[in-house]
Amino acid sequence: MAKITMREAISQALMEEMDLDPAVFILGEEVGVWGGSYAVTKGFYDKYGPERVKDTPIAENAILGAAIGAAMVGQRPVAEIMTINFAFSAMDYIVNQAAKLHYMFGGQFTIPMVIRTVGGGGRQLGATHSQTPDAVFAHFPGLKVVSPGTPADAKGLLKSAIRSNDPILFIEHATMYQVRGEVPEGEYTIPIGKSKIQREGKDLTIVTYCKGLELSMKAADQLAKEGVEAEIVDLRTLRPLDMEPVFESFKKTNRAIVVEEGWKSYGVGSEIVSRIYEEAFDYVDAPILRVAQKEVPLPYNRTLEQAALPQVPDIIAAAKEVLK
Amino acid sequence: MKKEQLLDLYRQMVLIRRVEERGMELYQAGKIGGFMHLYIGQEAVSTGLIAAREDRDRVITAYRDHGVALNCGISADEVMAELLGKATGMSKGKGGSMHMADTSKNMWGGHAIVGGHLPIAAGLAVGDQYAKNDNITICMFGDGATNIGYFHEALNLSKTWGLRVLWVCENNQYGMGTAVERASAVTEIRQKADGYGMKSRRIEGMDVMTVYEAAKEALDFVRKEAQPYFLEIDTYRYEGHSMGDPERYRKSDEVKKWREEDPIGIFNKYLIEKKTATRKALEEIEAAVEDEVAKAIEFAETSPEPTLEDLYANIYAD
Ligand SMILES: Cc1ncc(C[n+]2csc(CCOP(=O)(O)OP(=O)(O)O)c2C)c(N)n1
Ligand SMILES: [Mg+2]
Repeated sequence: MAKITMREAISQALMEEMDLDPAVFILGEEVGVWGGSYAVTKGFYDKYGPERVKDTPIAENAILGAAIGAAMVGQRPVAEIMTINFAFSAMDYIVNQAAKLHYMFGGQFTIPMVIRTVGGGGRQLGATHSQTPDAVFAHFPGLKVVSPGTPADAKGLLKSAIRSNDPILFIEHATMYQVRGEVPEGEYTIPIGKSKIQREGKDLTIVTYCKGLELSMKAADQLAKEGVEAEIVDLRTLRPLDMEPVFESFKKTNRAIVVEEGWKSYGVGSEIVSRIYEEAFDYVDAPILRVAQKEVPLPYNRTLEQAALPQVPDIIAAAKEVLK
Repeated sequence: MKKEQLLDLYRQMVLIRRVEERGMELYQAGKIGGFMHLYIGQEAVSTGLIAAREDRDRVITAYRDHGVALNCGISADEVMAELLGKATGMSKGKGGSMHMADTSKNMWGGHAIVGGHLPIAAGLAVGDQYAKNDNITICMFGDGATNIGYFHEALNLSKTWGLRVLWVCENNQYGMGTAVERASAVTEIRQKADGYGMKSRRIEGMDVMTVYEAAKEALDFVRKEAQPYFLEIDTYRYEGHSMGDPERYRKSDEVKKWREEDPIGIFNKYLIEKKTATRKALEEIEAAVEDEVAKAIEFAETSPEPTLEDLYANIYAD
């Protein structure tokens, strides 16, 4: 196994799928000559040329509309929306078009497209450029939402996403491109819609994904030093949501917290907690807690921004609270 | 224009340049974070434009906003404080480089969603139209912003409703790394206004006097006719799109060519040739600006950080 960065893993997945299938092409702002604003598609323009790596105008609606249309006639576009904050500019194409057309026309055509985008705060980009609105997008049936937390998952999931016949929103995290992890050699995919135990433990269950996984792993290391063994379930896909590993873990630990970077209200945690209460109420030994972003738009000032984002000590505190 | 006014324009341009040069150093020292888009090279545009407005005219722009902020009369102290994320910044450390506004100076913000502020500019003008005054909204945006739907919706509305907006496209030849001709169906962006039956003009933007005179004329038209007007101003940014731009998309001799037309250099020469000022007088202005910026940094560095309570301030008005 090789240890590579998240950036390399995503880049490899794109390249492998482009090499395998000529129907795959990339479009988005600064994906070509610039090499991707997070350098994920660096070198692609030289390798594949402007037909398969299309620099677009700043026009999120046109990017996604064009991707949907091309997908409807059999291509496999990977559209990049520079950050998830700009996906709001093209919300109609995500919600009213990509998520609906296959169903509304009785399945006559498919929309095999991936929207790659970048979410997350922590880079002092201010309120409009730092959001983690994953739950908003996970609200809509017809759209699949994937958000990996390790390089290996990112690579395998992105390959599956490109091969899938459904529209998939693939959310990466702005602060995780340098994160390193073991990635299997050679060809592999990871199925969409499967949660995974990333760390085993018996005392409590931490349900999380993406950036939350990185934070939760650190918290679990510290808890272990104090004799607490946390089990970490990584959702990896928010829709369709695979609760089986969560239930299994919870039936063993009877205590859980949910860690996400987005706002707590109406968030991923709200969904997970309700499902546990609905399906595994008999196993509940303590109220399930949510660790999430403070209910404020993110400020530019570094100290305040960090104070608003969920941090490792918040996770440890919540874990101790449910273990009381 | 009176001598004092001309010298003040020179002072403003030098001030923008120095604030940003020092800003770059502070960024590299890790005291400024996030995105920081420099205006260096484009100073003549906002300086000439804003000099032509009346105080009651509103200005709204994109994230490349330090110059506009200073031209509107926001102090270097406050600009520096905001860059450093301090409570004494005009946006109280919550906005940062991209989000400078001081509505008391009719500066309605730097906005960071590309094109997003254009319909809002139309809205400012709707507010003024509704109040039956003849204030003008000056809305600045980049060449790249003319390719997004917001631009077209806003232009159409402004013409249809007879809004007093001066649309100003700062054509600095690139939107991030994408040259105009790679992203826009027409390379003369002014032509987009034709589609909305709007009067327009394209001018060179490296000479502050050219900008000033064109802006005056445009503002007179907008005020009198109660119609929008579209001004395309050719210019160039000398630095990268934001800090840390690898600049793979342009050649260094292109940058060099534009640097030879430095707007500050051009105006310096103009003032001396017209005998408006001696070289020495201009150097004195430069020295005073140097001082002002040093004091601004001192002010910003010694200013307090916003508090944890401030995190929760201004989420709602009620
Ligand atoms: C809706 C939206 N899409 C993409 C971006 C990312 N972005 C920020 S600035 C920029 C380029 C804008 O170019 P232009 O309008 O020419 O202004 P300039 O930076 O040249 O002043 C892009 C693509 C954004 N902020 N908002
Ligand atoms: Mg531009």
